[in-house]
Amino acid sequence: MYFFIVLVTLNTIEIMKLYVKYDIHYAVNVIIREKLTELGLEFELGGLGEIEILNEISETKLLQLTSYLNHYGIDIVDNLKSTLVQKTKDVIREMIYKEEGLPTSKISSYIAEKVNRSYGYLHNLFAENTYTSIGNYIIMQKIERAKQLIMEGDLTLTEISYKLSYSSVAHLSYQFKKTTGLTPSSFQRIIKRRRGEIETAPGKEIITNLASTNASNNK
Amino acid sequence: MANKPLDIILAEDDEDDRFFFKEAIEKVKIKTDLTMVNDGVELMEYLKNPENGKPHVVFLDLNMPRKGGIECLEEIRANKEYNDVTIVIYSTSASDNDIEETFVKGANIYIRKPNDFKILQKVISEVLSINWQYHTSGLNKEHFVLSI
Repeated sequence: MYFFIVLVTLNTIEIMKLYVKYDIHYAVNVIIREKLTELGLEFELGGLGEIEILNEISETKLLQLTSYLNHYGIDIVDNLKSTLVQKTKDVIREMIYKEEGLPTSKISSYIAEKVNRSYGYLHNLFAENTYTSIGNYIIMQKIERAKQLIMEGDLTLTEISYKLSYSSVAHLSYQFKKTTGLTPSSFQRIIKRRRGEIETAPGKEIITNLASTNASNNK
Repeated sequence: MANKPLDIILAEDDEDDRFFFKEAIEKVKIKTDLTMVNDGVELMEYLKNPENGKPHVVFLDLNMPRKGGIECLEEIRANKEYNDVTIVIYSTSASDNDIEETFVKGANIYIRKPNDFKILQKVISEVLSINWQYHTSGLNKEHFVLSI
């Protein structure tokens, strides 16, 4: 504790002066702790004004917290940026997981319009905060979606490549291999073997089976 | 989450390989906390010790004395508690069949040990970045396989 209060009372005159000494860091930490606890949030305080919220925080609570802290002149600074990055990720995901397939317009303008920021700005923000680029993130999410569709087994590779806006099966297979190091059919075989759905070791007739249902090229 | 270092363990018996790995990982942009052990027995002891937190990523050399990488992989994957630990096989052996066997046993990533330091650095950086995306975007780890 760093609080010292010095009372100076002067007998004859009814003026009282107080002098306080404080540690600003300590005070801010106490305020933050109290407000977060008040909102029922679990958290960890890092150095340099970093707060890590450990449970889910709703939009309303975040707004409440923002206004609570603003009252003391404390601003939440980093949130806007990470919200924009998260929003960009959400738009990308939504775009890829849409039933009717990817948008026909240019993807960069689509994202910019949905997030309501210029693409150039989002591009830099994304790179600074995610260790990857928007372009690579889109490829990764498309391949994740392709993996999911392959494992569901309802669509052929041709249908999957069409759904995810690849110009051809070859293009999808190429990007799949480039991203995962595996062909779509070896990926499928590995996951099935892992789940115990098939036991055959690679190099057996099961491969031709999978290759024909998926119209894919194995190895 | 973004500022917390990734906890990484490398199990590797070769001193030179450990040295290069450490050098390479220090140059990667993503912050990491690296622990190194000499073989599989040490690794399993480290993991079983409750004082050590659960790592995010385990790099396993396949050929180690006392206990090899495959044995470790099987032991780790037998324990559900370690489901979301990313397991990376880091080895010189590289027949497609060997690689597939490690994936089927639950490895997420297979790295063929590069001879060139620059490439090693690039590969580790890529692996950690992808792992970070899986971690922060809540992607399905069941489908996380990468051969590099």
